[in-house]
Amino acid sequence: MNQDLQKERAAASFNPELLTHVLDGSPENTRRRREIENLILKDPDFQHEDLNFLSRSQRYEVAVRKSATMVEKMRKFNIADPAEIMWFKKLHLVNFVEPVGLNYSMFIPTLLNQGTTAQQEKWLLSSKGLEIIGTYAQTEMGHGTHLRGLETTATYDPETQEFILNSPTVTSIKWWPGGLGKTSNHAIVLAQLITQGKCYGLHAFIVPIRELGTHKPLPGITVGDIGPKFGYDEMDNGYLKMDNYRIPRENMLMKHAQVKPDGTYVKPLSNKLTYGTMVFIRSFLVGESARCLSKACTIAIRYSAVRHQSEIKPGEPEPQILDYQTQQYKLFPLLATAYAFQFVGAYMKETYHRINEDISQGDLSELPELHALTAGLKAFTSWTTNTGIEACRMACGGHGYSHCSGLPNIYVNFTPTCTFEGENTVMMLQTARFLMKSYDQVHSGKLVCGMVSYLNDLPSQHIQPQQVAVWPTVVDINSPDSLTEAYKLRAARLVEIAAKNLQTEVIHRKSKEVAWNLTSVDLVQASEAHCHYVAVKLFSEKLLQIQEKSIQAVLRNLCLLYCLYGISRNAGDFLQGNIMTESQITQVNERVKELLTVIRPDAVALVDAFDFQDVTLGSVLGRYDGNVYENLFEWAKKSPLNSTEVHESYYKHLKSLQSKL
Amino acid sequence: MSYFPQQRSLSGDLGLALQFVFQKALRSLGSEEQIARWDPLCNKLQILATYAQTELGHGTYLQGLETEATYDAATQEFVVHSPTLTAIKWWPGDLGRSATHALVQAQLICSGAQQGMHAFIVPIRSLEDHSPLPGITVGDIGPKMDFDHSDNGFLQLDHVRIPRENMLSRFAQVLPDGTYIKLGTAKSNYLSMVVVRVDMLSNEVIPLLQKACVIAIRYSVIRHQSRLRPSDPEVKVLDYQTQQQKLFPPLAKAYAFHFVAKSLLEFFHRSYSSILDRDFRLLPELHALSAGMKALVSDFCVQGAELCRRACGGHGYSKLSGLPSLVTRVTASCTYEGENTVLYLQTARFLVKSYLQAQESTSQRSLPQSVAYLTAPDLAKCPAQNVADFLHPELYTTAWAHVAARLIKDSVHHLQTLMQSGADRHEAWNQTTVIHLQAAKAHLYYVTVKIFTEALEKLENQPAIQQVLKRLCDLYALHGIMTNTGDFLHDGFLSGAQIDVARKAYLDLLLLIRKDAVLLTDAFDFTDQCLNSALGCYDGNVYERLFQWAQRSPTNTQGNPAYEKYIRPLLQGWRSRL
Repeated sequence: MNQDLQKERAAASFNPELLTHVLDGSPENTRRRREIENLILKDPDFQHEDLNFLSRSQRYEVAVRKSATMVEKMRKFNIADPAEIMWFKKLHLVNFVEPVGLNYSMFIPTLLNQGTTAQQEKWLLSSKGLEIIGTYAQTEMGHGTHLRGLETTATYDPETQEFILNSPTVTSIKWWPGGLGKTSNHAIVLAQLITQGKCYGLHAFIVPIRELGTHKPLPGITVGDIGPKFGYDEMDNGYLKMDNYRIPRENMLMKHAQVKPDGTYVKPLSNKLTYGTMVFIRSFLVGESARCLSKACTIAIRYSAVRHQSEIKPGEPEPQILDYQTQQYKLFPLLATAYAFQFVGAYMKETYHRINEDISQGDLSELPELHALTAGLKAFTSWTTNTGIEACRMACGGHGYSHCSGLPNIYVNFTPTCTFEGENTVMMLQTARFLMKSYDQVHSGKLVCGMVSYLNDLPSQHIQPQQVAVWPTVVDINSPDSLTEAYKLRAARLVEIAAKNLQTEVIHRKSKEVAWNLTSVDLVQASEAHCHYVAVKLFSEKLLQIQEKSIQAVLRNLCLLYCLYGISRNAGDFLQGNIMTESQITQVNERVKELLTVIRPDAVALVDAFDFQDVTLGSVLGRYDGNVYENLFEWAKKSPLNSTEVHESYYKHLKSLQSKL
Repeated sequence: MSYFPQQRSLSGDLGLALQFVFQKALRSLGSEEQIARWDPLCNKLQILATYAQTELGHGTYLQGLETEATYDAATQEFVVHSPTLTAIKWWPGDLGRSATHALVQAQLICSGAQQGMHAFIVPIRSLEDHSPLPGITVGDIGPKMDFDHSDNGFLQLDHVRIPRENMLSRFAQVLPDGTYIKLGTAKSNYLSMVVVRVDMLSNEVIPLLQKACVIAIRYSVIRHQSRLRPSDPEVKVLDYQTQQQKLFPPLAKAYAFHFVAKSLLEFFHRSYSSILDRDFRLLPELHALSAGMKALVSDFCVQGAELCRRACGGHGYSKLSGLPSLVTRVTASCTYEGENTVLYLQTARFLVKSYLQAQESTSQRSLPQSVAYLTAPDLAKCPAQNVADFLHPELYTTAWAHVAARLIKDSVHHLQTLMQSGADRHEAWNQTTVIHLQAAKAHLYYVTVKIFTEALEKLENQPAIQQVLKRLCDLYALHGIMTNTGDFLHDGFLSGAQIDVARKAYLDLLLLIRKDAVLLTDAFDFTDQCLNSALGCYDGNVYERLFQWAQRSPTNTQGNPAYEKYIRPLLQGWRSRL
């Protein structure tokens, strides 16, 4: 064990195990999570070469082998349904990108949500056992987040009772679905349904794409891998082009909408129901943001405790870089953010399950808010995390750039979260739409509830035409509750500004839509402020639920840092809205620096509490034992470029160059 | 600079690039005889050289390096040695597999005393068969985020002996008997780093942002997405205000930095020859400015390139867009040639000194040019009243000068308060670095705004070009204000109402720039080959090219061994159980 880390751990003010229990929800959850992780991570059948030294095709092969091993194990041990699902879900926790992953994360859930009982009977068992490997094909080459723009068509032919699938243009080729390129033999395809000469919008169809037994593309199907990407090397994201490809009528998922044998279209009861899957995935991504930022913080903070550099005072030994104020200022606000997002993620998960219950009872009243909230929070947390991982990487200096640090991989695998499952700016604008609706509702005299209920106060605050000195609050910068109030005022103010600017533009422009576009920068800002408020609120409410004093104290400091750092970075909003004064901002800036010093002794224990195993981190710099340099040297020696003492390029190119002289 | 056009046309993926860094260091730190001896060997590629400074455990902080060069007067040789694991040289480009020689930065020990860092030419591989020479352990440091084409390496030296003449001796010499003679200052060793930092901006860093802008902006007029009005066809994504807000600030930066790099290079050429003649008066300013600009420009180029990548949605994630490699490449520049935070703080030290100098009423010396504003008359409040006022270069340059001066003053004030309350000078510095960082960034932003406005003035006889660039300059200055409103509101220099006006001016500019956006990127004049992007090609045939390129991927042309090995048994295993 590295001595620096040993000292750090001995000096911490709390027991990280207790904090781990808080993060997992209970000691029992922690125990169960570790049990499942160990089952996979310690199993020799799942060991493989360091992926950093492999080509993309080799990495794909390793991933397929691991998936296959997984399935064989389940068959061998006859693992029953709930445990099986648990296994696969937990696998994702350790960031294992797997080509058959979409079968479990998209194909099966969609089948469950949108398939009839008969359809589930037909496909569920075989897809769970991987007799068929499914994926989910929505995005097209020319069309992404805007669903109505998708071009793929499914035209019903009553004579044969079949749908004819077509990709009419280059831009309509399905593009990006994971596992589509090489692995899957079925896909759920989203296409514009046309029957009796009329287009009824997007519907989902089960489409066989490869022949069972030979795995060859079926006639009428063109399928392949879309080529190398920033990350996700293991994943065969694919393309799919269909030419007059026929599937039986029964392959349309018909739990909600239906096409009768004669071609009659039966409408679904509510359009909102299809929100379900999206809400689920987006709320999962909020949790994913928390996990990835936590990993990056673990690596950067441990390494910063091991790395010594330069001098604070001449003549003294080089200090740990974690003792530099600038390093603390880079890392501790991110650490606080990681904790904030952990709690936001947990909240999203609970809320989703609660509302899902309501939905199954037929109560859809909370769905619009949940939909708006998940969209915005997915964008808010993934943008912050995206920047945060990069900041952690750069905080590790040059070594952060090497794959040995694990940080480049975390980054490239996380960053698509900003663009997939709804591009972030579009997500923010969806939240903004809900905020504007709520604002209008309040102004027409109706109350709104949930996270936007602060908008109810706006009209009464508006008796005076000037916003100056209207805010009733005096902010106490040492109280998370009071700071939550400040964030609430900021959100209210920015929502109001966006709404007013939108109204002004509507008066001056030809159309509402043009006005919306010309206000969209303001609208995004309002959504961000709203999401920031929600995060602050959830973090400070979490503090109330914690009994253990030492844990409460350390989390309270992190919560304060999260709140104050956000104010410091967005000081303009708080000053311009007269929510805080200049001298308060100065105090905030000072308090942030004090908190850095307060958190410093607990920093390593705070990342230990995330409880990532070394294998999961995949980082030489972030090792639990801190033996960084020895292992860095050993790792480098294994690089394929070092397999021969003199590289072949010397004989091919350099030798002749030098001998010509 | 003859290297630049080749590098530009080959997209920069050239091996043996460190030869040029070696040569620049040689010409800066070597004596005339040494230059005459080694430079021609490099030019003819008779030797392949690299520059080895960073160690496994030590980076930007030069004095912390552990490699030793001990003079042995008996044989008139230096013994170069890596005493610990952390002393292994780590990261130098071309070192892993290619280089035959390395310029090694090592702690000089002679006449029984440590004399600080000096540069030594160390042969590392045989010129006969390329094998490592005795005492040398050398290899590749393994895969990185990018620079896959470059063999960044490690080098462990075990008492390797080199002749006395191999120590570069323009600014320091060791006589045959071991007497040490100092001809420069402690800072003269920085000269080679200054050269590289100035050079890398225009030859490496800025073109990467420019390319990212070309790709993202061209693609944004090809990509149609959603509708503004239900009855209209889908619109070009560049017509969305949010897309403009993402892409035009990086475009403005790409132009701003072009002029910044040019101006820095001119300053460098004005001061370089006098420094070589051991007149060091301009070195502190040159050092502070080049260090800070390297940090500011590389930070913004990384942010900008990544914004461009994400502005291309999912396709920006595909390597076929060309954007991931631009990002991973430019991001390296934030930590190589000096970690950015450390560099900002070097600028900050210069600012503190300059500020104190400006305060001394007795001082006869005038301030260095880049900080002359510290003594210029300052307004307490910004006089701007309407949108047009915010489009005056003088107005926003003054605004930036005001904020920079205030932050520098604050940072000095914090430092002095802490010291007066009994804190040790060094501890006080560490405890105020966050605000020094902020001050340095504001100062550097001011300098870039000023350089951009001065460049505009020189374009008077090209009014069309001047007009379009002025919009970018306005956007650059105002975008900086919009992202730092707190600093401008803080002492009441701008009021809340003025911020709203500036914001209006800024948003209006987006629409004006929209019309010229594509031409502004065409003007960078990159060939399709050089961009290597399915999204950013000149003809705009994005989707056809994307489909073609994807089909050529090895995953599509080389079969799928994983199917035979794992997928088929999996499916059949199931069947046998049925």
